[in-house]
Amino acid sequence: MDIVNEILEKEQKKAEKYKPITVEKHLELELDVGTLLAFDTNDLDTKLLKSDNQRDAYLQSLARDNTQLLLNKIWELPTERIDEAIVVKLPQPTTVLPRSKPVPKPKPLTKWQEFAKAKGITKQKKDKLKWDEQLQKWVPLYGFRKAAAEKEKDWLIEVPQNVDPMTDMYEKKASEKSEKVAKNELQRLKNIARSRKVNIPRVGLPVTSDKANATQLSTAAVVAKASTASLGKFQDKLPKEKEARGKGVHELIPGKVRKRNAPIPTPQMERENNLNLIDRILNKRPKIDMDKAVSKHIHKEQVQRSEEKKSMKPVKGKGKAKGGNVTNFSAKKPKAGKGQRNPNKKNPGRKRR
Amino acid sequence: MGVIQRIKKPTTRKGKKVLLSREPKPIEDTKQSIFLQARNPSERARKVLKDLYDLKKPDAAYLSRKNDFVPFEDATLIEKLCYKKDASLFGVSSHSKKRPHNIILGRTFNYGILDMIELGAENFKAMSDFHNMKVLAGIKPCLLFNGPVWELNQDLKRLKSLFTDFFYREKVESVRLQGLEHVISFSATDDGTIYLRSYRIHLKKSGQRTPRIELEEIGPSVDFKLRRTKLASADLFKEACRIPKELKPIAKKNQSTDAFGTKLGRIHMGKQDINRLQTRKMKGLKKSTEEKKQMLLKKKMAKKEAKKGNMLNA
Repeated sequence: MDIVNEILEKEQKKAEKYKPITVEKHLELELDVGTLLAFDTNDLDTKLLKSDNQRDAYLQSLARDNTQLLLNKIWELPTERIDEAIVVKLPQPTTVLPRSKPVPKPKPLTKWQEFAKAKGITKQKKDKLKWDEQLQKWVPLYGFRKAAAEKEKDWLIEVPQNVDPMTDMYEKKASEKSEKVAKNELQRLKNIARSRKVNIPRVGLPVTSDKANATQLSTAAVVAKASTASLGKFQDKLPKEKEARGKGVHELIPGKVRKRNAPIPTPQMERENNLNLIDRILNKRPKIDMDKAVSKHIHKEQVQRSEEKKSMKPVKGKGKAKGGNVTNFSAKKPKAGKGQRNPNKKNPGRKRR
Repeated sequence: MGVIQRIKKPTTRKGKKVLLSREPKPIEDTKQSIFLQARNPSERARKVLKDLYDLKKPDAAYLSRKNDFVPFEDATLIEKLCYKKDASLFGVSSHSKKRPHNIILGRTFNYGILDMIELGAENFKAMSDFHNMKVLAGIKPCLLFNGPVWELNQDLKRLKSLFTDFFYREKVESVRLQGLEHVISFSATDDGTIYLRSYRIHLKKSGQRTPRIELEEIGPSVDFKLRRTKLASADLFKEACRIPKELKPIAKKNQSTDAFGTKLGRIHMGKQDINRLQTRKMKGLKKSTEEKKQMLLKKKMAKKEAKKGNMLNA
């Protein structure tokens, strides 16, 4: 028994030597160990906060207690040893803080990328170097030393038979290249506009040379004819006039491009579509045009009233109907301001001077 | 036809890299902050800002030039500077008769002002007034928010988030136990006073694994008074707080845990075949010997035919 008591006493003495690590709180703290944050919802002691000499001591003791609680929680976490330092793994933070920039959006695909994706085309990587039979050496496909190799290769370009013998083939080649670059740039800009949903003006007919050929002229004529407010519906036709066809004609005329429906994938879908169509027709309700109905009703009433009046008239005639002559010939001039009034009709009346 | 004027593109590789690094990312870098001075800041306001800058140091910039502007009237300068420095937190010091010793703290979202809160510094004791050892620069501090007002008052609620944003630094996976040596405590009262205190932690022996904590004030110590606020609308704040899809944990289907922490799963069984179900056996339903013989014969015939078919196929 003595030994037990001794040990207990020793322990007690040890415990007395150190200050406690436990803290009593009325309400428990809200801890977010991931952000090393503690939120104490307990009421503060306003009396101590008001007095100038006790405020700092109170705040420090409060902070000490809360820190102790936070660190107690952290010390409970599983530890690790990395390079002679004891490290704890923190859990995910629970407080959500606003970002500094919006969540990134996926990059929009270009028209080609979309097409390639739909068709399952994958890009095949080309080698940078290619064996050139003519030069008998490895020539780069692009980039550094490509132009030099090209120059070496094209020290002479043959003028083909069907071309004017005086053409400068070097110039032709350069212009072709610059055209390609321009086209690529245009397509790049178009892709940017498409991704930003900007409406770009339609580009007119491309002019390739100073003389346009027959098909270009006929397209131009068709497009010009359709460029009225009524899309050329009321334009006269020439005898033997042909409608221009081909790529890009209909795109230039508004309302000409038809949207094709996608093919129906499965027979079940087809069946469903047809059933929906039948339902739509069978469940149709007559549409009521309120304005039309009201005006119809008013018209009917007016007709009725006028008919009544006509039938009433012979009764109203006093002695004049005796002769059986319905037309009223009297010596008196017709006077204005009598008869039915119509606010819409301006009655000039007698001129007053 | 010449090449059309190109859309603005970086000309150098370095410029391209800079622009790329500024693009939005799913996991963002540490928020940078700028501290600047507005019209005639007082000595005290400037010192408060300088101390805040010291606390925030590795990811902060102190712009020492005075700027003639009022953030609450026209914040374009802040937006511009934040864009230039790629920062999203800012602090501005100013002083006027109406609003003495003014500190404005705020943050931006997508280079536009999100929140802006004005605080008046009433009592101030700078870091240099406490003659003791300070903490290492760039250390992740523990944050304490005392008082129920932090949750009850909408302005203070946002201010709590703002202070957390200011001193939280960055998300870390793990932390060194001996490296926990800084505490910043914010205590708020009902009348809108916020007591900012900063302490150094001393880990003392406690006879147990967990140490006993003792604190030593290192400054700054400021008593802030809440003034004007300009808070983001709820939908903008929600937009700013959106978590990208990549970072959201993928929910596991058909799994749940109940209140006791037991893992529950839902299993999908195929449709049961009732025709082959074994029901109660009865003598009357038993097959007679004749029937059994016939069944055997049928099976044998079927087997033979199958064999024949196989032979023919081969």
